[in-house]
Amino acid sequence: MQVDFSNNYFELFELPVQFDVSQDHLDTRFRSVQRYLHPDKFAAASDAERRWSIQAASFVNEAYQCLSAPIKRASYILSLNGITLDEETDTQMSPMFLMEQMELREAIGDAPDASDPYAALDKIAAQLNDGRRNSADEFSQAASNEDWQQARTVVRQWQFLEKLVSEVQSLEARLDDAL
Amino acid sequence: MALLQISEPGQSQAPHQRRLAVGIDLGTTNSLVASVISGSASVLKDEHEQWTIPSVVHYSTNHEPLVGKSAQEKAASDPFNTIRSAKRLMGKGANDVQQSWLADHYQFDLETGSIPAFKTVVGNKSAIEVSADILSKLRATAEQTLGGDLVGAVITVPAYFDDAQRQATKDAAALSGIHVLRLLNEPTAAAVAYGLDSGTDGVVAIYDLGGGTFDISLLKMQRGVFEVLATAGNTALGGDDFDNAIADWMRTRAGLEQMPDQSSHRQLLRLARSVKEQLSSQDKTSYALNLSDEINISGEISVADVNAIIEPLLKNTLAPCRQVLRDAGIAKTDVKAVVMVGGSTRVPLVRTMVSEFFDQPVLTDIDPDQVVAIGAAVQANVLAGNKTDDDLLLLDVIPLSLGLETMGGLVEKIIPRNTTIPIARAQEFTTYKDGQTAMALHVVQGERELVSDCRSLANFELRDIPARVAGACRIQVLFQVDADGLLSVSALEKESGVLASIDVKPSYGLSDGEIEQMLKASMEHASEDVQKRALAEQKVEGRRVVEAISSALEADGDTHLSVDERTDIDALIETLLEKLEQDNGDAIKQAIEKLEAGSSLFVERRMNASVKQLMAGQEIEELERTLVSSDASRET
Repeated sequence: MQVDFSNNYFELFELPVQFDVSQDHLDTRFRSVQRYLHPDKFAAASDAERRWSIQAASFVNEAYQCLSAPIKRASYILSLNGITLDEETDTQMSPMFLMEQMELREAIGDAPDASDPYAALDKIAAQLNDGRRNSADEFSQAASNEDWQQARTVVRQWQFLEKLVSEVQSLEARLDDAL
Repeated sequence: MALLQISEPGQSQAPHQRRLAVGIDLGTTNSLVASVISGSASVLKDEHEQWTIPSVVHYSTNHEPLVGKSAQEKAASDPFNTIRSAKRLMGKGANDVQQSWLADHYQFDLETGSIPAFKTVVGNKSAIEVSADILSKLRATAEQTLGGDLVGAVITVPAYFDDAQRQATKDAAALSGIHVLRLLNEPTAAAVAYGLDSGTDGVVAIYDLGGGTFDISLLKMQRGVFEVLATAGNTALGGDDFDNAIADWMRTRAGLEQMPDQSSHRQLLRLARSVKEQLSSQDKTSYALNLSDEINISGEISVADVNAIIEPLLKNTLAPCRQVLRDAGIAKTDVKAVVMVGGSTRVPLVRTMVSEFFDQPVLTDIDPDQVVAIGAAVQANVLAGNKTDDDLLLLDVIPLSLGLETMGGLVEKIIPRNTTIPIARAQEFTTYKDGQTAMALHVVQGERELVSDCRSLANFELRDIPARVAGACRIQVLFQVDADGLLSVSALEKESGVLASIDVKPSYGLSDGEIEQMLKASMEHASEDVQKRALAEQKVEGRRVVEAISSALEADGDTHLSVDERTDIDALIETLLEKLEQDNGDAIKQAIEKLEAGSSLFVERRMNASVKQLMAGQEIEELERTLVSSDASRET
């Protein structure tokens, strides 16, 4: 049995398809929907209902996670507008941007040898967070102008930032483990 | 007509009767069973008036397995046949056993290709079978106290248990004849007990250090919704390790390289444990173990000594604490309360270190040994369908990332850790050779980049792929993690819509066939009338199905079904009801299967209608009537 969730994530959350969303609204709607769909509500139901509930709750979780993470939300809006990111085939980026990336990468690589590695990583993390905020603003602007090529460029650069953020985090975890 | 009868109060399935369900804390050292009795959850006592049952099983050719205190008493005289800490080996392979201290204490059968087993006088016993014996004891205790058959149990597991360890726990329950309503993470269970008690809203840290496992979880509590934000831990660290370290210290002080035999080692461990417990409330104590002139272990030990011994072990719990904060994106100052769970948090140094780490006093006012079982009992009561005032919803996460092996032994993550469950992720694959009809996938769990550093969960083989030119087949593989945190995999060829069949070879654990075999073997040896038990289980299940489907029919059967369709389902219910009056387990099972199959279309229509309403932004109260009507009709 397949669950027919042909509607998009935004409709599930009673929102128009737009980048700016209220996290409070997402949280509230998520909880109220899960109160009715979650497998715990079907523990005493028939097997078919239980299977359905697992699928339905999975869909809602996926939707919530997508809309709650700004970069995932942005990519999702692109895909709803028929724009693909072509991550593997299209590797062209502006030289300026690539230069910045290399510098950041070097800084991350040097951080463990700094006198205070945590402080060094915090500084990079703050810089990355500024970059993420800028990306979100730029995307929001481009999307509301329906300039999808610009929006796509923003998301592709933003992906690099997210990758660096996770590198910083795993480096922190490695430092923790060594304590 | 039949339908009216069955929804009538006091008829066949007695809708107003409370369904007996329990919460089970299956611990490394001790196990507990709890239930909600007249509105409040409490731990049940066994025939010796004890509420903690040592997780120890003694096997003998003379009698049925002994469980608990009576088994523990055999530990010194018959060490190899007295199995404790079996939980440490749940879902583990031969390599894990060799690295565990258990390898020094027991004789193992580590034959490759099968799961590791303790060698006992009654044959090989896997950790799953040992756990099943403990669960049987808990089940018997509960059924005796509550006076009836259980409809099911919520069994708690360490949050950091991987898929293999969870599956092993579920297998043990199946062997002991317990229907698992849900596997619940121990810290989440503790949070339920704590949260309902205090009515706290906000982020809470649950620090859970038991006999053999450590977990740290961050939960956000908000009006009855318990949302796990992040979890981390170590499934091979606990109070047992403290005992071992203290025992080693005492032995070394006495100038001994090692203990002469298992029995004396056990005695030393017991001494170490009692020393540890005494030093929770006093500054120093003396100890003595006089086995012979050569083996005389005695002296004084202070809190400072113990602290120095266990501090390195305890430090290992702080990295996971940092990790959950980072994963959840939460600062220490955002944590509203730190709750201590597990017997090992009685050790004063544990409390001091955790309190210093989170920069706030820790909460120890709820009994750290009972809190997990209590929380599980509350959840079991809700899941069994007994309506309560607590509008409770638990949203848990997967503790470790799930990934697939790719070229060069690297891991590609499919579902990252701390993703809220249930969750499904699809991944597309294509054939790389002309005429290729099969494909192998290797699923692993863990955070590292190399396959060899992660836990191998299973090897899947996709078969029956239509033979085409390379790249023409697109196979979508769906990874579904259910609310118990267990993975299942299905595959679909996208062009033809053909379902590729999947052969699963679990890396550690039992295949369905092996479970069946064990069940059969246990039935042949069991003294109780297993046929009778199987029949009783079928009857409980049969009544559950009749009730679930009848109440759905009553709610909106006429909306979704034609007169003919309705008549067919009614007839299937009627047949099942007739079989329930007779004593033929197989016939009941068949009637259940027929009813499930015959009503699946109705269920599907009904569910999809609910989703449409949900999508259309229907009023929530309206939805409640449609979706949970099956609950409403059995409300007392």
